[in-house]
Amino acid sequence: MTDIFVARSDRLAARKVAGEVVILSADDSSLYVLNGVGSAVWEAADGRTPLSAIVDDIICRAYNVDRESAWRDVEEFVAGLVSYGVLRTSPEAMSIDLPDHRPSVDI
Amino acid sequence: MSDLMQYVWDRALDSHVPLSVHFDLTYRCNERCVHCYLDHDDHGEMTTPEVTDVLDQLAAAGTLFLTFSGGEILLRKDLFELVAYARALQFDVKLKTNGILIGAREAARIRELGVRQLQISIYSHRPEVHDAITKVPGSLARSLAAIRFLSAQGVRVMIANVLMRQNASDYPGVRALATELGVDCTIDPTITPKMDGDTSIVALRLPAPQLLRVFTDRSLVGDDFMTAPSMEIDRETLDGRPCSAGHTFCYISPYGDVYPCVQFPLPSGNLRQQRFERIWFESPQLGDVRSIRVRDLPTCSSCGHVSTCTRCPGLAYMEGNMRGPSSADCEKSLLRTGAAAAGVHPGRGTGSS
Repeated sequence: MTDIFVARSDRLAARKVAGEVVILSADDSSLYVLNGVGSAVWEAADGRTPLSAIVDDIICRAYNVDRESAWRDVEEFVAGLVSYGVLRTSPEAMSIDLPDHRPSVDI
Repeated sequence: MSDLMQYVWDRALDSHVPLSVHFDLTYRCNERCVHCYLDHDDHGEMTTPEVTDVLDQLAAAGTLFLTFSGGEILLRKDLFELVAYARALQFDVKLKTNGILIGAREAARIRELGVRQLQISIYSHRPEVHDAITKVPGSLARSLAAIRFLSAQGVRVMIANVLMRQNASDYPGVRALATELGVDCTIDPTITPKMDGDTSIVALRLPAPQLLRVFTDRSLVGDDFMTAPSMEIDRETLDGRPCSAGHTFCYISPYGDVYPCVQFPLPSGNLRQQRFERIWFESPQLGDVRSIRVRDLPTCSSCGHVSTCTRCPGLAYMEGNMRGPSSADCEKSLLRTGAAAAGVHPGRGTGSS
């Protein structure tokens, strides 16, 4: 299990709408809606937090799942969004041009 | 609209999220279009810090889709600063412009900022017609040059072709031009009264025979034209909301005024006096708009066209009653189907023919 850092692409628009993150690509208008777990990963994907910390400190705690299952699911989820250009990963911490995702008002 | 996009809109509607905002940054313009509904004098536009503060408020309120328009937005010297700020807040940004001030450098900057779409108004493929509408000689050539600069950068462009008496027969030429340029094209025969209530420009609307030609043009509407409406009015339709204005959409003027929609000039609050969230959730005017269901419309709720009509509550408001019919849309329903609409009957136009 190799740790990585995950960051949001800067070619996207995104907003949390009623608890779910909605993402729209500026380049091809692709639309993505993330469920609660996906939204939590997205919000934590600041390029500086290792994926292991996202899994341990956010997903496992919030959703009461075992680490092995959570790691497997989050890895698969991240790989999917990387393939769409929504997330990018690196073995090193990354800076992102966009400010940290602001705490959204979950209206 | 895709099922997923519909899902997002439904979630926003259920949660009272202002998902989409049309924000006019200026009413100043370098064209003087004959059909324009705006007063082009500057009566005190919001400053850069005022606009960025509003953008912060909109992001916090849940707005995703943000359209910057005008007036001509490139007359604001801080436009790119504002777009950069909006993109940093992760808005989906669209720009509406005439393109006259867009050269290669501006197009590259727009691409760099991640603007998803630009809408550029083209009235005709013929310079003499387009330039007569904008009252700016050479404007068609400059707008087309802008489209080419933007396309070369890979920016998605939509040509907006507003139809009126002056260019009624030119839309096939504009569509061919769009195809040649490799961009999208939308056609809209809607001419609205001026924001101050002056209705003189309504006379520019397409006369009925020409509007009928548009509605029966298979290249535009496929095989759906002349479909008689079902005269049955179902409960779901009656329980529906007239449109998204004030529900998931609103309009902000350069002076901070908030309205339900750009076509619905019902003053609902001012951002120089109140926070957006307070206006959105507490404005009595927006509350009134939100309370309306189709069954509350005294004329339209019993009209056979009610389930398919494009009735605009803003146009109805400008005719004097936001719960009343919008006569221009009544006429469109009549022309589309040949069947009488509650606000207009065959053989009796609404004054635009």
